This record gives sequence, C-alpha cells and structure tokens, in this order.
Amino acid sequence: MGDALGLFDAASGEGAWTVSQVTRRARAIVEQGMGPVWVRGEITSFKAYQSGHWYFTLRDARAQLRCVMWARDNRRLRTPPADGQQVFVLGAPTVWEEKAEFRLTVAELLGTDADGAWRLAFERARAALERDGLLDPARRRPLPPFPRRIAVVTSPDGAALRDIVAVAGRRWPAAELLVVPARVQGAEAEAELCRALGLLGRIPDLDVAIVGRGGGSREDLWTFNSERVARAVAAVPVPVVSAVGHETDVTLCDLVADARAATPSAAAEAVTPDREEQARRLDGLAQRLARGLRRRGERMEERVARTADRIAAAIGRRLERGAARLAAAGGRLDALSPLRVLARGYAVARDADGRVLRRVEEFPDGRAFRLRVTDGEIAARAGGG
Amino acid sequence: MTKHERVDFGAELAQLEDIVRRLEGEELDLDEALRLFEDGVQRLRRAREQLALAEVRVRQVLAERGGALRVEPLDG
Repeated sequence: MGDALGLFDAASGEGAWTVSQVTRRARAIVEQGMGPVWVRGEITSFKAYQSGHWYFTLRDARAQLRCVMWARDNRRLRTPPADGQQVFVLGAPTVWEEKAEFRLTVAELLGTDADGAWRLAFERARAALERDGLLDPARRRPLPPFPRRIAVVTSPDGAALRDIVAVAGRRWPAAELLVVPARVQGAEAEAELCRALGLLGRIPDLDVAIVGRGGGSREDLWTFNSERVARAVAAVPVPVVSAVGHETDVTLCDLVADARAATPSAAAEAVTPDREEQARRLDGLAQRLARGLRRRGERMEERVARTADRIAAAIGRRLERGAARLAAAGGRLDALSPLRVLARGYAVARDADGRVLRRVEEFPDGRAFRLRVTDGEIAARAGGG
Repeated sequence: MTKHERVDFGAELAQLEDIVRRLEGEELDLDEALRLFEDGVQRLRRAREQLALAEVRVRQVLAERGGALRVEPLDG
C-alpha cells in the first residue's frame, strides 16, 4: 500500500483498497498528525454504559465532536458531566475504524467553573514543565545527611516558620537556619517567592532549602501552583524540599522539588538528622575507638613480652658461651702462671731488692739472697761447697 | 555574607569511622595507634559539641537595594 491514495490504482479494479484499509489508514494519519489537545465545548448526548465507559458529544455553535472517555480515565471524576454543561477536555483525536467515525479519546474532563479553570491552568503548566524535563525524577537530588546551613523560604511571621524552627532546633541544633522572607499568598506572593528563591544561589555554603507555608484553602495555595514559582524552585542550585500544608492536592512546586513534605514540620524533619540517634552512633564509635586502642596495646604488650623472652634467651646463650671461653682461657693463663712453675719444684732467687738472680756470677760466696718456693720464701746465703 | 564557622559533623563522623576501622584492622606501631586514637578523641569531642548545642541559630537574609545580601537576627 502506498503512502498516498494512488488515484490510478484506485481507478482500476485490481488496485482497489478494502474499506478497512481506508479507515485504518485514516486513523493512522489522524493519530500521527494531531497530538492530544484541550478542547472546550458543551456536553450533549451523554451516556454512561454498563462497562463504565462514557460516550458524549461536544459541540459549539458550528460543529460537533464525538467523544469517548474510558472507564479507567473517568473513574477519578467524582460525578459524570450533565448535558448542557460547559467543559474542558484533554483528548487524542482518532478515527473509530468500524464506523470511520472521527472522535476524541478523552483522558481528562474539567468543568469550566472556577475549579475546572484552575485544573486546566494547572495541567497546562504541568505539561510545560514536563516538556522542559523539569518533572524528570532523575533530576531529584538526595538531601544532605548533615546540613549546616538550611534556607527557609516562607513568610517570616507564619506558623510554618515557627514549626520548622521548633523541629530543626529539637533534632539538629547544629544547623543554622536562614530565613528568606516572602509573602506566600496574595497578589505579591508570586513575585516575592521567585525573588526569594533566586537569592538562594547566592548564599554561601548553603546545603538545602525548604520552601513552603502552612495549610490553607486551594486559593491560598495557588501561588505554589504558579509555573513561574515552580521554575524558580527548579533553578535553585541546592536540593529543595517543598512543604505546602495540604493533604490531597499536589502542587507544581511539589512536583519540581527534590522532595515533598506534607507539612513544614515534616520538611524540617526530612532535612535534619536526629541528634539522639547521632549521639548513640558517636557512643558506639567511642567504644570501638577505646577498644581498638586497648587491643592494640595488648597486642603490643604481647609482642614486647615475646621480644623480652627472646632477648633473655639470647643473652643466656651468650653468657654460657662466654663462661666456657673464660674457663678455657683461665686454664691457659693458669698454665703460664709462675706459681704453677714453682709448684712443679722450681724456685726463684732474688736479692734483697727483689731483683731476680739468674747467673752463677750473681752468687759470690756469702751473698745473702731470698729463695721463693711454691709455698713461701726462705732466707739463704751462697757458701763454698 | 559570611561562610559558616560551624564544624562539619558529617566530615568528622566520616573521619572518625575511618580512624576506628584503621585502629581495629591495620597493623600499626604503637606511636601510630596512639596518634590515631588521639585524633579520634578530638574528633569525637568536636562532634559531641555539635550535638550539645542548645539552640538552633535563626537569622534572616535580606537583599539590599544594591543587590548585596545582608544577614540579620530574626525578631519575634
């Protein structure tokens, strides 16, 4: 099958398309050519089937558009729309092949009253943020475990700030809270919040930021659904926790922030560690530190003891060897001692001055001398023999 | 606007854990072990001081006409 309807093929019997080929082709062209669109119109011929699917027609003064809203999409809506009601729908144009009917598959349906208009603005802003990748979960940064400097963008006299100061002060007084004041409701709120958020990038050593306010009506919280404010949140260079006091509605700020907290107190809790827990952790480390050193000391003592033993043993062996050598040396010395010579029967003759007399001529007749024998000395005199 | 002067608890904690691991694991001579221990005790003290702080410090940041940031006590 060609890309365009071939007129010449179609004109001949063999080249003819089947009906379903045409309607399938038409559907593909419509779905590829037109993305989802928001449409405003009046509901007519509304019918809810047993299956849960809704069928209706949207019309204005000049045209009508068949719509279907599947059960899985309309289940979220509290009440079905009524004929004659003005609505906004978000739908994808398509062609129902069996009837070649052009129609809208509706994903979202809002009244045009204040509530519906609000939703519409929200959905539009959300889609714009999504297009720019600002809702990508991969953008979310982890919160720092031990923040030193925490910025709080909120009203300086609101309950939100009091709650944050109380919780942060109880859990982590080591932190410094820097309040960047901004009105959080009223005509000036959007501009003030954007300006305050813009200041955060200029605060040195900032670790994390909280932006939020206490609970309020949907109108009160509207500023936090401003696309401008959401973009300012996304541009903050440190992780941001969004804390807009509400229970059910998610704001645009919540969607772009790195973390969302249901209340300002919960936000303060999310950005601070618990000091009791950290104190226990330090106690554990202190014990391990002491034990580590003690064990190290014990090991050291053992080593010293072992070393001392080895030294003593070495000295012992050395001493034994020394004693043996000494004994041997003593023996040799002893053999050389003149006393040993005397013991063998020799004697030494010396004159009165103690000089040793060695020769015959030193013994003239009558010469008195002293004779040293092994056990003492005797006086003697040389005489004629 | 000034840098903050407060101790980085997370950094102290990380150092402390490293010291304890080394003291428990590595073969160290006594001098080195003692040095590590003393370092660890110092860090432990600094970290505990952070936990003992009585009150969180709250100030507000205002932008002056010229664009400079001014920090002042938050009244009320």
